[in-house]
Amino acid sequence: MEQIFVLTLNGLATGMLIFLIAAGLSLIFGLMDVLNFSHGALSMWGAYVGLWIYTGLDQFWLQKLSGFNTSPWYPMVNILDFFVGILGGMLVGALLGWLVEKYMIRPVYGNHVQQILITMGVMLVLSEAIKLFWGSNLIAAPVPLMLDGSWQIGSLVVIKYRLTIIIIGLIVLGALYWLMQKTKIGLYVRAGVQNKEMVQTLGINVRKVFTLVFILGTSLAALGGMLMGPFMNQVYPSMGIEKQLLAFIVVVIGGMGSIFGSAVAGMIVGISEAFMLYFIPDAALAVNVLLMAFVLLIKPSGLFGERG
Amino acid sequence: MNSLLKLNEVNTHINQFHILQGVSLEIPIHQVTVLLGRNGAGKTTTLRTIMGLTPASKGQVLWQEKDITALPTYKIAQLGIGFVPEDQGIFPLLTVAENIKIAIQDENDKQTQENLEWILNIFPDLKIAWKRPAGHLSGGQKQMLSIARAFINNNTLLLIDEPSKGLAPIMVHALIEAIQEIKSKTTILLVEQNFYMASRVGETFYILDDGKTVYQGNIKELVENENLKRKHLGIYKKTV
Repeated sequence: MEQIFVLTLNGLATGMLIFLIAAGLSLIFGLMDVLNFSHGALSMWGAYVGLWIYTGLDQFWLQKLSGFNTSPWYPMVNILDFFVGILGGMLVGALLGWLVEKYMIRPVYGNHVQQILITMGVMLVLSEAIKLFWGSNLIAAPVPLMLDGSWQIGSLVVIKYRLTIIIIGLIVLGALYWLMQKTKIGLYVRAGVQNKEMVQTLGINVRKVFTLVFILGTSLAALGGMLMGPFMNQVYPSMGIEKQLLAFIVVVIGGMGSIFGSAVAGMIVGISEAFMLYFIPDAALAVNVLLMAFVLLIKPSGLFGERG
Repeated sequence: MNSLLKLNEVNTHINQFHILQGVSLEIPIHQVTVLLGRNGAGKTTTLRTIMGLTPASKGQVLWQEKDITALPTYKIAQLGIGFVPEDQGIFPLLTVAENIKIAIQDENDKQTQENLEWILNIFPDLKIAWKRPAGHLSGGQKQMLSIARAFINNNTLLLIDEPSKGLAPIMVHALIEAIQEIKSKTTILLVEQNFYMASRVGETFYILDDGKTVYQGNIKELVENENLKRKHLGIYKKTV
């Protein structure tokens, strides 16, 4: 029972991380009809830059104030550094997303082959650039002190950082729900996913909405990347590309353009991966791919999508 | 003639196909102009070219004497041109209310609110289905929604593409009545295959053939002119 609880919590945390990456991918796919293969690399940049800011700030305080690591204020400053790192990573994700959309994707809207080639090129360049700045070795990604360790509730062990990821994921889901359902921009996006030509005929600049969605998507991917580092206790240059595959599976299962679909599919894929990695590790990815194939067979537009 | 919109020798290509090969027309203000012609004559492409969805490769589209040929679609719409496409272009997963709300440019505008009330009185079905997904509406209700959405924003010109297509005769009659009411408030360019409907709501007409304007005049003259109807529209007088 305890093991099932731990695996479920782990799966939910993994699912939330994949959801953060997949949500943007799904919107970009659904609204802009762009298959963005550079999404994982943008998430990885969020992870590296966020970690660099977080550990850099942490080192700065420790060097500046001698004996600070034993101060009762240190854990609070440390977690503040972590959140500054998250913000920094998201900002870099947004900036890179804006540049990629404006200079790489905008000239090839409507041409899927060129989009795939160009975004794959961007993915390779961004991955190699990571190695140029931070090297190709693994870099340790420490969990913030206040989020390290676990709580014991009866016989159940709740790992603090995993619970934090789930809570952040739920907050993001709630914020996205509010944005999509309660604001005019959200209305434009939901309508654009269904019929972007018609949205233009109503006097709405769809290109601007595209750019906003792209920036939102890549900053969420960066957030996912940044949170993933301490989850795995490390970052490495190919981590974004590895998780991108799972994000694509989530988008297909959840349905293009559906935030809620991405969240549900993220949970399904995350929990499936957590259990499979525990019981039959070699079949973990295969089961998720089979799951995707099954959904494609019974509902080609995905569980919550309308477009096939 | 006091024209709102003018097309001068407009040519439009879709891929390698030369669809419009010199369309010229003028839309007089506060009238319903009907664009007639056989299938494939270029009627829908004319509307799409005006909206900038299928931009003209040659010629000019003038809006109140200003050249709008190269403007992007959203800017053309912001000038006050509403578009009701052939497939109605509703957003099926949005509610009827959201379909209307998305078109409203200024929610605090008093005139827009009055327009909304007025159009909902003409199409009371929309009031009843206000919170339902638009995809659940019947074909006629979808058409009502599409027209209401195009009208709501104080648009000066409505481009309506084959509103009667696929509708039951009773719905066509309802639409005729609705358009007759709407035309008191705005100018309409109507593409219509249903000659009965066109003759009931139209005032002036243009006939397109092979991507060119071949005939124009007053719709009453066309109703009487059996030769013209037979030649360009394939309509034969019943002899029984």
